[in-house]
Order: sequence, then structure tokens, then C-alpha cells
Amino acid sequence: MTSDEQAVGRGPGDRAAGRGAGALAEGGPSHFHFIRTHLREYGILVALIAIMAFFQIATDGILLKPVNLTNLILQNSYIVIMAVGMLLVIVSGNIDLSVGSVLGFVGALAAVMIVQWDVNYVVTGIACLAVGALIGAAQGYWIAYWKIPSFIVTLAGMLVFRGLTLWVLAGQSVGPFPHSFQLLSSGFIPDLFAVKGLNVFSLLLGIAASAGLAALALRSRLRAQKGGVVDEPLAFFLAKNGLVAVAILYMTWLLAAFRGLPNVLIIMALLIALYSFVTTRTTTGRRIYALGGNEKAARLSGINTERLTFLTFANMGMLAALAGLVFAARLNTATPKAGITFELDVIAAVFIGGASMSGGVGTVVGAVAGAFIMGVMNNGMSILGIGIDYQQVIKGLVLLAAVIFDVYNKNKA
Amino acid sequence: MTHILEMRDITKTFPGVVALDNVNLQVRQGEIHALAGENGAGKSTLMKILSGVYPYGDYQGDIVYEGEVKKFRGIADSEAEGIVIIHQELALVPELSIAENIFLGNEIARFGVIDWHATNELAADHLKWVGLKESPRTKVQDLGLGKQQLVEIAKALSKEVKLLILDEPTSSLNEQDSAALLKLLAEFRERGISSILISHKLNEISQVADSITVLRDGTTVSTLDCAAASISEDDIIRDMVGRSLSDRFPPRHPKIGELLLEVEHWSVRHPQHLDRRVVKDASFTVRRGEVVGLAGLMGAGRTELAMSLFGRSYGADIAGEVRIRGKAVDVSTVERAIAAGLCYATEDRKSYGLVLDDIVKHNLTLANLEGVANGPVIDHAREIRVAEDYRRRLNIKTSSIAQKTLNLSGGNQQKVVLGKWLFADPEVLILDEPTRGIDVGAKYEIYSIITDLAAAGKGILVISSEMPELLGICDRIYVMNAGRLVGELPAAEASQEKIMSMIIRTAEK
Ligand SMILES: Nc1ncnc2c1ncn2[C@@H]1O[C@H](COP(=O)(O)OP(=O)(O)OP(=O)(O)O)[C@@H](O)[C@H]1O
Ligand SMILES: [Mg+2]
Repeated sequence: MTSDEQAVGRGPGDRAAGRGAGALAEGGPSHFHFIRTHLREYGILVALIAIMAFFQIATDGILLKPVNLTNLILQNSYIVIMAVGMLLVIVSGNIDLSVGSVLGFVGALAAVMIVQWDVNYVVTGIACLAVGALIGAAQGYWIAYWKIPSFIVTLAGMLVFRGLTLWVLAGQSVGPFPHSFQLLSSGFIPDLFAVKGLNVFSLLLGIAASAGLAALALRSRLRAQKGGVVDEPLAFFLAKNGLVAVAILYMTWLLAAFRGLPNVLIIMALLIALYSFVTTRTTTGRRIYALGGNEKAARLSGINTERLTFLTFANMGMLAALAGLVFAARLNTATPKAGITFELDVIAAVFIGGASMSGGVGTVVGAVAGAFIMGVMNNGMSILGIGIDYQQVIKGLVLLAAVIFDVYNKNKA
Repeated sequence: MTHILEMRDITKTFPGVVALDNVNLQVRQGEIHALAGENGAGKSTLMKILSGVYPYGDYQGDIVYEGEVKKFRGIADSEAEGIVIIHQELALVPELSIAENIFLGNEIARFGVIDWHATNELAADHLKWVGLKESPRTKVQDLGLGKQQLVEIAKALSKEVKLLILDEPTSSLNEQDSAALLKLLAEFRERGISSILISHKLNEISQVADSITVLRDGTTVSTLDCAAASISEDDIIRDMVGRSLSDRFPPRHPKIGELLLEVEHWSVRHPQHLDRRVVKDASFTVRRGEVVGLAGLMGAGRTELAMSLFGRSYGADIAGEVRIRGKAVDVSTVERAIAAGLCYATEDRKSYGLVLDDIVKHNLTLANLEGVANGPVIDHAREIRVAEDYRRRLNIKTSSIAQKTLNLSGGNQQKVVLGKWLFADPEVLILDEPTRGIDVGAKYEIYSIITDLAAAGKGILVISSEMPELLGICDRIYVMNAGRLVGELPAAEASQEKIMSMIIRTAEK
């Protein structure tokens, strides 16, 4: 049963006249039609691969050297972590400009607590996450319940927490952190098997992850088949999932040959998995999309739009705090300048990843891919010795191109 | 007589759908030409092609207007030629005033500076012509849908229109206003303005149209000339659906049970103008198995009453008591209202009913996600089953349940709104203009669904501006005027005249 047949096949209660929803195009699900309607989802992955391939060649293979790959992941981890939260905020029809400042503020707080007050790093971590959630909640409160535009509230938050960062650090850099805290960002998962030159445990994790993903994809396809609606042609399904599996295996192979999987990569992977699940499979996720798509209709469908908006900001604050901890651990010091303009990178990543400014559209995987597109470009251009001036220009143009592509696509469909 | 417009062999496809297949349409100079057809037949699409919304090159075939083949590349092109379209979904800017909307893009200005005096004066002239008694400075968001419709027409007048296209202009108007609008069209005809009228109200078509083109599944079925022979509604229906409909309403065998919904002393104030009471001390009941009608003129406060009941979605200072099955219930938020078993299907599908950018499936389940989820996790297979089920039951024409709701025809969007609330499975369902924009055949199906719901022991409150509809499906009818319930009639005793006289009597007081 193909989707097109279904469209024409009518139930028993049909009116005699029903000849179908206009004559439908002949044949099964057309690949062309499918590509046109799903261009963006595949486009972002293809773009990421193309950009990586380009820099891999342009840098004579430096890009995917295990050392550089590890570095690339560490460098972009905090952007990715925040992009996941920002996706929810943007999908719900808002924006958060304060995340860079919150990242800096939480890093500063962590430094002061650990270095100056000698607080245990676990306690500090938990306290910092709570503070982040509280900051997000405070901003979310005005946005959700007082209907103050998020642009204004978080613009104020950006200034406030930039100032508070300076105040907490008293204008100084504070560091270094104890080794155990640094592991958050510079540590690697332990190798349980002692094989020289290869982190076997990491490799096994990679294999398990790609097998797990493939199994999940297959299961949902089989279920959809049982329900009668499969719109993705089999070839696309195989190509996409095959590519993802190969990519994961290849990356873990490279990483395993160096020092194994970075701790922060595990954190990222868990976050991506969790938030993908939340956005695509849960009622809360669905409601956030509805809220961004048409707030009034969402409210009239029994959705508590205020609480949902509030939660997306609290969540964003918490993820910004997590990113703050990771960033501080990575620099091994908290500086008053930490996080400046990060909000722009994060927002750009989400839009490159296909989210819509007006809300209701976007995916976690897209946002993460968007973050890595920016990251690979930064990294690749730096290796090539392209000046920071050109880098900015090129990144700006890529963002513009991605959004133009979206709008063009939407008008076309 | 000469033709002002000929559309020849127009074909238009969307991915997966052939919306128009070699359609022909001929409109004579100075006539009212009606376009009829089922939901999704392609009427709106044809008019969008004519007005340049789908530009030249997006379709096959020719548009011959005033004797020349035209290649419109946008609405501006067609408007420059005097073709003005008023869309099914109104397109006014709610934050702007009536006058600003009328002259939007067409401002009366010198060197870019707007002449407000002339703007408002001219706007007032146009408003008088269309019979709208509002100040040109009133914001459009403060007007009901019906009045907005008149603003749209006033806007068209300001553009030196030669061919006016109206896509279901009367679907949100009550009978008086519809009649006034049709009279307006006849006036336009006197002045040599031709119009194309799309409507599912076939009585209107047979009243005013000079000729009628009927579309079915994207093809021209027939063109009827009303001057040559008198055309009855049944003739139109036969061409539309391919057979005649014997009954307009399904048979009812009401089994009316205990009190289900009781509303007492319900009062609501206007959210901005707190001194204005929109609903005044309304008390009414709905019983199990009963279909209750709420009749009234536009602006009587029926939608306001319903929306204020449904989670205080409208108004301020709401007072009164609501009981369901004899127990006082809290309906102060939509969530609680739904939990208490009260649902409301809106009349305004675009702003309140649908997430247009989202797909049909997601819209259908939005009000009852728990119904397709295990705990917090959505069961996609079950969701698909549910959506397919409602698509079949309501006969929603769409290429797939994964189609964006935006791409459905107006009537089919309306069915999605209905399906969404049917799936929420309430005890009491308030339907606000449930058949707006729905074709005759589908209306019957919706009436059957209402009848079935009642037979299953639900209570239904139907708000409708079409009195025959209320008379045809209701057991009891309340009449509302100026915020007050002014009368109650068993359907057996009700008639249009009685309802109207109740309204007029209270209006005089
Ligand atoms: N942008 C689009 N993408 C895909 N399909 C579309 C799009 N616009 C219209 N259609 C399809 O084209 C067909 C004709 O739609 P159209 O809006 O012209 O119907 P209509 O005759 O105006 O119906 P109604 O009386 O319900 O308003 C429908 O099957 C609809 O689903
Ligand atoms: Mg239409």
C-alpha cells in the first residue's frame, strides 16, 4: 500500500461522486516529490558532509586527524549543548539572547565556589545547574506570564549577567580548577580493555550506538508500515541510516585511535538523544511545536502555553549553565570575557539547522548539524590560515544562504 | 454579449495532486457569475490563478481578459487590470484601522505623506456604500468576521474594480448581511462591474447569479445559463455531486435524557472596554442526547458566550456558574474545561482552530494527545490510525495525513477542526458555525455526525447563522440578542419568523 493509493482509496461511507482528491499523480510515492518535501532535512546532513569533505581535502587530511577531530568536538561542545536548548526556545516562537552571558556567569560562579571557597566540585556542579535553571525560570516568568517579548527580557538578561560575571570575578580571571573538575571537558572515558593504541571500550560504545540507532529507525519504520503510512522510500531510508551508522563508526574509530571518546561527547550524545526523543516522541514536544505554530490555537486546544514557555526558558538556562561548566573546565579558568557573542553562534546554528524564525519548525538533529557546520568551518578555516576577518564574513554568508534556501523552499512548496 | 474573461484549458498541479484539469470558465461583461463545486473541487485554486497568486508559468492554459491573453506575474498585475480578489481567508491587518486597511498599498498621499483627512473621508464613503456602520478609525481587530468582510469589499471598491472575485463572501455572514451583500453585487452589476461569486449557499447562487459554472474534482462539469432557463438548487447539486440529494437533513429520533450542562447567570465584559457587557446574565441548559441551537444576529454575543465558557478564552470579569451533570465544575482554563468534558470548536479556523503550518495528523490529535500516547510518549502508529480514521469518517480530501493543513481547501480545513474536537470526545460539544464553508453534501455528513453524537448521549450546542440549519437539526433553540438570551423555543414550534420577531422585539425595547 503506497501513500498515494491511500489518498485515493476512500472508506465505505463515501459519497457516490467521490473520484478522489483531484486525480492524483500516477504511480507510487515519487522519489522526486519526497525529496522536494524533505529537502531541508537531508540538505543539512548533506551540507555538513560536503563541508567536511571539502575541508578534509583542502587541509590535506588534517581535519579528520584524530587529534583535530577530538579538538573539534571539544571546541564545539558548549555551542552544541546550548543549541539543543535554543532549538526548543526558537521552536516555541521565542529567542534567548542571554545564553552567552549566563554561560559566563555560571562559569564564574563555579570558579569562585571551587577555587576560592573550596566547595566540592560535584556540589558546585549541581548548584550551578540549579542556578542556571533559576535564571532561565526568572526570565521565562516575565516572558510567559507577563507576555514581555523574549527579545527584550533576554536582552536585559544578557546585560545583567554580563555585569554580574564581572562582579563575581571582581574583574579578574579565576583559576585554575582542580584536575577532577577539568575532566568534565578534557577527560576521556576510561578504557576497560588494555589494548595499546586503541581504546576498545570507546569503539564498542560507538558500535553499540550505531547499532542502537539503526534498530530504532528500523522499528519505527516497521511500525509505520503496520499503520499503513510510509512516505520515505526504502532507498532513502537505507541510504540515510547507512550513512549515519558509517559516520558514527568511522568517527569512533578515529577517536578510539587517539585517546578514546571525550567525556563531553558522551554528555552531548545523551542530550541529543534525550531532546530528539522529547521533540519527536513526547506530548510535551508536540505541544511546543503547536505553541510556536499558532499560539492561540494551541491554547484553545487545552495546552498550557504559559507553563510550556516558562519551561523552555528554565531548560535553556540549565543547559547554558551546563555549557558554562564545560567551557570553564576547558579553559581551566573563568574569565570575565567568557561567552561573549556565544548566543549569536548558538542562534545561528539553530537557524542553519532549519528552524524558522516564526516558530513551530526545527529539529534537534538539524540544530546540532548546524552547530557542527559552523564548527567545522571555524576549524577548517583556521587550519588553512584564513584570517578571522574573512572567517566572520564567510560564516555570515553561510547563515544567510541557509535561511534564504529555507524561505525559497517554502515558497516553492 | 461580450466576455470580459475567458479562462481556457487551465491545468494546475501541486505535488501529488492535480487540482485543476483543463478547466474552462467564461464570464460575460457585467454579469454575476457563480462558481460552485464540492470542497476541494478547485474553485479557490482557479481564482488564485486568475488573480496572479499563482503566477504565469505556474499553470498551463490561457487567461483571456478583455480580449487579450494576460500573463499575470503577481496580484499587483491583476489589480492593475481591475481584477480584485477577496480571499476565503480574509487578509486584513488587524492592528490597523478600517481606513488604513482600505487604502493599504494604495495610500492617499502627497510626497509620501498620508492625507488622513481625505483617507478617512473617502473610507467613510466606501463604508456607507457597503452598508457598514463603523467609524473608519475603528481597528479591524475590534470587528467581527462579517464586518471585516465588508471592509474587504470597501477595499476592493477603492481600487477601481472591473472584475470582483469573492471567495465565499457570505460564509461568515448571517442572512440579513448576506442579503445586503448580494444586493450590493447586483448594484455593482448595474454599474457594469462583473463579479465571480464562489459560494456553498446554493440559494444565494440561484438568486443572484446570471450564469453558473460547476466544478467537480478539478474539471468543469457544466455551465448553466440562468437567463435561458430557471435553475433550481437541485440542478446545481446534481452537477456538483453527480446525483441528487433527497434530504438536506438526516432523520432525528431524539432520546433526551438528564441535564448535562447548566449555565447560570453568565456575564462577560469586553476584554478592552470593560464598561461594555458582551454577555448579560445568560442561563441555559443542554440535556443528554439533545442538540440545542443558539440563534442570533452577528454580534449578538454567541461566540463570546461560548469562548468565555471554554476556559475563559474571551472576555474579562466573567461571572456565573457552570454545572455538568449537576456538579459545579471549574472551567477557568481550557485544560480544565476539556477535563470537565466541555469542548468548543471555533468558527475562526485560521486564527483559533488550526496550526496551519503543521500537518493534518498533528492537528487532528492536538486536543487529545493523551488519546494517542502512553504516558508522555506518543504512539505514532496509534496516531496514524486515529488520523486515518477521522479522515475517512469526515471524508477529508487531502493527498495524505502528512499534508500541511495550509494546503487543504477551506472546507476540508473546517473538517479537520471538527475532527480534532470529535477525537477529544467531550460530553458537551459547542460547535460554532460547524458548516461554514462546507459543501451541501458534506453538510449532510456533518449533520449526521452531530445526530450520531447526540444519539450516543452527548449534548451538543450549535451556534449557527443559518437558521434553516438550526431548524433542521436542533431539538431546542435559544435566541440571543445584544448579549442576552431573549427566548427559547422547542424546534417543533420554531420558525425563522418567530426567531426574527424575538430578536426584533427585544431590539426595540
Ligand atoms: N498549496 C497546495 N498544495 C497542495 N495541494 C493543494 C494546495 N492548494 C490546494 N491544494 C489542493 O487542491 C485541491 C483544490 O483546492 P481548492 O482550495 O481550490 O478547493 P475549493 O474548491 O476552493 O474548496 P472549498 O470549497 O473547500 O474551499 C484540493 O484537493 C487541495 O487539497
Ligand atoms: Mg476554497
